[in-house]
Amino acid sequence: MKKTIKGAAFVIGDDIDTDQIIPAEHLVYSLDDPEERRFYGRYALSGVPEPVSGLPRGHIPFTGEDDFTSPYKIIIAGKNFGCGSSREHAPFALQVAGAEAVVASSYARIFYRNAVDGGFIIPYESREDLTSVISTGDEVEIDGEQNLLINHTTGQNYPLNELGDVLAIVEAGGIFQYAARNGML
Amino acid sequence: MAMTLTEKILARASGRSHVDAGETVWVDVDILMTHDVCGPPTIGIFKREFGDDARVWDKNKVVIIPDHYIFTADKYANRNVDILRAFAAEQDLPHFYDVGGDRYKGVCHVAMPEEGFTRPGDVLFGTDSHTCTAGAFGQFATGIGNTDAGFILGTGKLWVKVPETMRFIFEGEIPPWIMAKDLILQIIGDIGVDGGTYRAMEFAGDGVMRMDMEGRMTLTNMVIEGGGKNGVVEPDEVTFDYVRKRTDYPFTPLYNDPDARYHSVRVYRSEELQPMVAKPHSPDNKATVQEVRNTRITRAYIGSCTGGKITDFEAAARIIKGHQVGVDTFVVPATTLVRDQLSTTFHDGKSLRQIFEDAGAHIGEASCAACLGGPSDTFGRLQGEEICISTTNRNFPGRMGSKKAQVYLASPYTVAASAITGKITDPREYLNIPTESQGVLS
Ligand code: SF4
Repeated sequence: MKKTIKGAAFVIGDDIDTDQIIPAEHLVYSLDDPEERRFYGRYALSGVPEPVSGLPRGHIPFTGEDDFTSPYKIIIAGKNFGCGSSREHAPFALQVAGAEAVVASSYARIFYRNAVDGGFIIPYESREDLTSVISTGDEVEIDGEQNLLINHTTGQNYPLNELGDVLAIVEAGGIFQYAARNGML
Repeated sequence: MAMTLTEKILARASGRSHVDAGETVWVDVDILMTHDVCGPPTIGIFKREFGDDARVWDKNKVVIIPDHYIFTADKYANRNVDILRAFAAEQDLPHFYDVGGDRYKGVCHVAMPEEGFTRPGDVLFGTDSHTCTAGAFGQFATGIGNTDAGFILGTGKLWVKVPETMRFIFEGEIPPWIMAKDLILQIIGDIGVDGGTYRAMEFAGDGVMRMDMEGRMTLTNMVIEGGGKNGVVEPDEVTFDYVRKRTDYPFTPLYNDPDARYHSVRVYRSEELQPMVAKPHSPDNKATVQEVRNTRITRAYIGSCTGGKITDFEAAARIIKGHQVGVDTFVVPATTLVRDQLSTTFHDGKSLRQIFEDAGAHIGEASCAACLGGPSDTFGRLQGEEICISTTNRNFPGRMGSKKAQVYLASPYTVAASAITGKITDPREYLNIPTESQGVLS
């Protein structure tokens, strides 16, 4: 687990569901094939309606039309991020696009589990809604030791909740690594 | 120490005499279910982690039901079914319901009870968020991702955090124009799409216990739309009767202790319930049908795991019989059994199939079809700016195929009445029940 994650922020709103994270029609690509799996990066967050994609202005694609990876590393969202289907393609798509963490005020539980158990992306919870105080493109940094989100563009800091129960699995890199470390496999 | 039904199941499955809500426990899994979208990546993870020659932990506990992208020319979608087929053959799996043969079923959450896999007191995990449907049978059932499912395939175990239980009690007889879908849309509207996050949602009271299994399944199916981990109804004779007709497999039903602790209890008076819709674009965007009546629609859809069971079609047929639909109307039986029942179930001397055909509706093959959009040639898929009223469970932007479309969720009664008029219509108008008589309309 990386202790520091630094990069550009991509801001979206509440209740971002798995169809917005990766629309169902794209679920047919292989997750293993190196040529095909790149499409998950291309279509990551492509289901977010344009006016609210990349707040506050909107109309910003997470991944450019001809690209397979995103210029944004940290996704900032409101409540109930990842609601909807159980598809693991959702945290996977964000990882393939190059994102490393989501900071949301709350998560839908299956997305949260998938992100952690698959070791795809780290789901941090913010104490308050950050979607109105951070703008898409701001340079932000997550300090995993102090559980802080630092916005270098504005100079503001925001506290994050501790990872708690799942920290051991996040640190191990996923449920298989965790189980192996603990002699369960 | 007193426990809820959900706590008791997780205690039993983790080999403990007692668990508390909030604890993380490792449970033994009774059934793992997967389908054509999440099955192939699950298999990929299983092989990557346990080796190419690995065997599943218990082949009798693995159920594979392709249902999502079935009747399509999409080559990737068809490849997924090929992967399932090869895996089922290699592992000699008895519970694989292949496409194209007699064993093909259709939507997994309706096929699971039909085949006797939803047993009271058991633990079921499935790679689909609506796996919670099986809670109607007093089972602990919840959706997981591919990594967790791959882990179970190899070990038969998974960690789970014991949820607190929210109780929803419906007191008194439910009026005959109200369906289970109205109850759950009301609840989700009240608590919001994250109101049940991490929690069990239990449905109780005589209004619920008088429902048949299919009505109860409509309730538990949509627990995930409130963010819930699992939905549950205490098993009773209705449950046992349904399950025993379909399997000889032994099970041990569990119940709430009388002094079990709940996160919260909400009591509804059944007589006050109204026909409900969820407006675009969220299942918690509730309104009564009266509040949105006469809203123009351009399509009606009756199908899916929550709204494509035989009782859903019986309800729709009761309204549609003798009428023509005024908008494009799609009828999609959840499973092949339901498809057959359309021909063998009669209303006033006519089969349901005949009623829908005479009314001008399009009848599709058993599958998920347009419930989740799917490849562009999917039956009933929304392609443009349709305004659709649907018995399905989600109306997020783009869910049924087009981001520009609008979807209203409603009961089979309400969808059928609206299909006739082309406007959102109170089913009481077609059930000869005056809408004014209720006295609670504002
Ligand atoms: S019918 Fe719809 S909700 Fe049910 S399993 Fe299929 S896609 Fe999911």
